[in-house]
Amino acid sequence: MNRMLYQLPLALLLLIFTLPLFAGIETYTFETPEQERIYHKLTEELRCLVCQNQNIAGSNAELAQDLRKKAYEQVKQGKSEDEVVKWMVDRYGDFVLYRPPVKATTLFLWVGPLLFLLIAFVVLWRIGRTRRNQSSETDPVDEQSLEQARHMLEKKES
Amino acid sequence: MIPEIGQIALILALGIAVIQAFFPLAGAQLGIRSWVNVARPAANLQLLFMLIAFGSLMYAFIDFDFSVKYVATNSNSKLPTIYRISAVWGGHEGSLLLWATILAVWSFAVSLFSRSIPDVMVARVLGVLGLVSIGFLAFTLLTSNPFERIPMQADGHDLNPLLQDFGLAVHPPMLYMGYVGLVVPFAFAIAAMLGGRLDAAWARWSRPWTNIAWLFLTIGISLGSWWAYYELGWGGWWFWDPVENASFMPWLVATALMHSLAVTEKRGAFKAWTVLLAIFAFSLSLLGTFLVRSGVLTSVHAFASDPTRGVFILGFLALVIGGSLALFAARGKSIRSYVSFDLLSRESALLLNNVLLVVVTFMVLLGTIYPIIHNAFGWGNLSVGKPYFDLFFVILTVPLAIGLGAGQLLRWKRDTVTNLFSKVRTALIISVVAGVAATALLMPNFTFSAALGIGLGVWIVCTTGKAIREQLKARSFTSIPRGFWGMAFAHIGVAFFAVGITLTSVYSIEKDIRLAPGESYELGGFNFAFDKINTISGPNYSGNRGTITITRDEFETVLHPEKRTYFSSSMPMTEAGIDAGFTRDLFVALGEPLGDGAWAVRLYHKPFIRWIWLGTIIMALGGFLAATDKRYLRMASRARRQRRQAAVTVGATA
Repeated sequence: MNRMLYQLPLALLLLIFTLPLFAGIETYTFETPEQERIYHKLTEELRCLVCQNQNIAGSNAELAQDLRKKAYEQVKQGKSEDEVVKWMVDRYGDFVLYRPPVKATTLFLWVGPLLFLLIAFVVLWRIGRTRRNQSSETDPVDEQSLEQARHMLEKKES
Repeated sequence: MIPEIGQIALILALGIAVIQAFFPLAGAQLGIRSWVNVARPAANLQLLFMLIAFGSLMYAFIDFDFSVKYVATNSNSKLPTIYRISAVWGGHEGSLLLWATILAVWSFAVSLFSRSIPDVMVARVLGVLGLVSIGFLAFTLLTSNPFERIPMQADGHDLNPLLQDFGLAVHPPMLYMGYVGLVVPFAFAIAAMLGGRLDAAWARWSRPWTNIAWLFLTIGISLGSWWAYYELGWGGWWFWDPVENASFMPWLVATALMHSLAVTEKRGAFKAWTVLLAIFAFSLSLLGTFLVRSGVLTSVHAFASDPTRGVFILGFLALVIGGSLALFAARGKSIRSYVSFDLLSRESALLLNNVLLVVVTFMVLLGTIYPIIHNAFGWGNLSVGKPYFDLFFVILTVPLAIGLGAGQLLRWKRDTVTNLFSKVRTALIISVVAGVAATALLMPNFTFSAALGIGLGVWIVCTTGKAIREQLKARSFTSIPRGFWGMAFAHIGVAFFAVGITLTSVYSIEKDIRLAPGESYELGGFNFAFDKINTISGPNYSGNRGTITITRDEFETVLHPEKRTYFSSSMPMTEAGIDAGFTRDLFVALGEPLGDGAWAVRLYHKPFIRWIWLGTIIMALGGFLAATDKRYLRMASRARRQRRQAAVTVGATA
C-alpha cells in the first residue's frame, strides 16, 4: 500500500511532464569554489523524480528547479554534501540518488560485478588446469606438421 | 491505396519468411536439394516486399496522408521533407518496420556474398534469418501495424521535436544496421551447430559479418551520443540511460565475439565460447529492443509503451535464447575444442579480453535491471546511474586497456615473460613518462586520473606501433594483411577514446551566468561576449537566437545558441552553439530570459571531447579494414573459379 501511494503521484506526474528537454540554467553565485563544486556534484547525482531518467542538472521541470534551489541554499549555508544528500533522501527516498546507497537490498548490485569477475577467473583457472592435463596426452598434432599442412594448402591456393 | 499496398506487401513478406525458414532448414536437414535452393530466391523476394512496404510508409509520410494513424501521430503539414522521411522511423511502428526491413537487407546481403559457402550452410543461415524475420513481422502485424487507418485528420500531430535533427535522423538506421547485423553471426552459429560443423571455416565466414555489424553499431552509438551532446544542452555525452545501455551491451559482447572468432579461426580454440557469444550478442540486441519498445523502463527514449508488446517480445526473446541454448546443450559435446595454450599466450590475452568485456556487460545489465528487480521485491524505487556505472567501468576497463597493449605483442600458443617484457619495455617507459609529463605540463592541474588516462592512451599507441614494427620485420609493408591494419586502427581508436573521456571528465568547466547584451565573461582563458539576441521563426517553431562572440588572443568565433518553441509542443528546446576544436569545444546554451534584456546562459569549456567521437570513427574504420581483408575476397573468387571449372567440366561431359 505504501508503495502504491508513493508511486501513484509519480505516475501521474510522468503523464504531465512529458520530456522537459532542456537543461535548467540558474545564475547562482557561490562564496567558495568548493561550494560550487559540491553544488554541481549534487545536481549531477540527484534525480529529477518526475522526469524520465534525468538528473536535476539536466532538467527544467519545476521539481528539478526546486531541488536545485534547495541544494543551493543548503550548500550556501555551509552544509556538507552528505548532509544535503541526507536531507534529500529523508524527503524523497533512495530513488532520488543516482549513486545507490550500500545496504542489504543493494548489496548484490555493489558486489555483483566483482563477484562475477572472481567467478569467471576461478572457472577459467579450473578449465585451464584440466585442459593442460588433457592436452599433454591428447594434443595429437604437433606444430611442425601443422606448419607443413599450412604450407601445402597455401601452395594449392595460389 | 498506397498504404494498403504496403500492408499487403508486409503480409506477403511474412508468408515468404515462413517459406524462407521452413524449406531451407528442412531441406538441409533432410538432404532435399530443391528445398535448399529455395533459400536465396526467398531472401531476395523478402527484401523486395519489405522495400515495397517501407517505401509505401515513406510515401504516406511525404504525401501527408493523415488517414494513416502512424503518419498522423508522427508528422504534420509543416514538417520539412527531410524530417518527414526520418519520421518513418520516428515512432514505435515505423521503428519495427525499419528493423524488419534491415533484417531483409542483411539476409539479401548474405545470399549475395555467400557464393564461397556451401549451399547447405547458406540455406541454414538464411533459414534462421527467416525464423527471426517471422518473429518480427508477426510482431509488427499483430501489435504494431504502421498502416492502420483512421478517419482523415485535418493535420497531423507532429514528429517529436527532439527527433527533428540530422543526427537523430540517421542515428536509428545506423544503430539498427548494427543491432540487426548481429543476427548474421548468430545465424551462422546456429547453422553451424545444426550442421554439426563448427570448424575454422565457420569462424572465417562469420568474421567479416561480425565486423560489419560491429562497425555499424559503433557508428550508431556514437551518433546517439553526439546527438545527446549537442541537442540536449546538458554538456554530457553519455548518461548510462537504460536505452543507451541497451545499445552498449550488444556492442560489448560483439567486441568480445570479434576477438573470440579470431582465436577460433586461427587456432581452433574457444569454439563453444564463440558460439555462446554469438547467441548472447544477438539476444542482447533483442533484449535492447524489448527494453526500449516495451516501456518497461522509463527513460528519455521510451517514446512508446504498451504491455502487450512487451509480453510479445519477451516471449520471442525467451524462444530465441531458450531454443539456441537448448541446441547448444544438445550439441555441446561436439563443439568442444581441445587446443592447448599456455597461461602466457595470445590466446590467454584474448580470453582475458573476453572475460573483462563480458563482466562489463554483466555489470551494465545488472545496473540497468536492478531498479526493476528492487521494485519487484517490494523494496521501493531505486535509481542506478552514472556514479555507479562510471566507477565499475573504470575498474574493469583499465586492466582491459593494459592487456590490450600487451596482448597484441604476445605469440600464439606460448610466450615467455622475458620475451614479452623485452617487447613492451620501451612502450612502458614512454607511457608512464608521457602520462605524468603531459598531465603536469599541459593540463591546468595535475590529477592521477588524467595521468592514468593519457598514460593508457600512449601505452596503446606505442604497443600498436611496436606490433606494426614486428609485422614489418616479417614481411614488406604492402603484404601486411588488412586484418592486421583493422586491428591496429581499432586499437588506436580506443586510445583516442580513452584520452578523450578522461580529459573531458576531469577538466571540463562550466558556468551558469546572467548575461545582458554588451556583457561578457571569461572561462577557460576565453572571453565570451554576449552581443545581442533576436527573435527567429522557423517552419514549425519560433524562438530566440543569441549572438555570442568568443575571443582569445588571435582566435575569434561567433556562436548562435537558440531556444525554440515548436508549435506542437509547449516545451522549449535548446539548440546549443558549439565551436568544435581538436583540443577543446566551446559550448553555449541559452536558458531563460531574466528581465531587463538579460538571459541565463550556460558556458562550457570541454577539453578533448572530440577525441571521444574521433576514437569511435577510427575504431569503425578498423572494423571496415578488417572486414575487407583480402582473404575474404580471395575466398569468394576461389569459389567462383571452382564453379566455373565445374561448369566447364559439366559442359565437356555433356
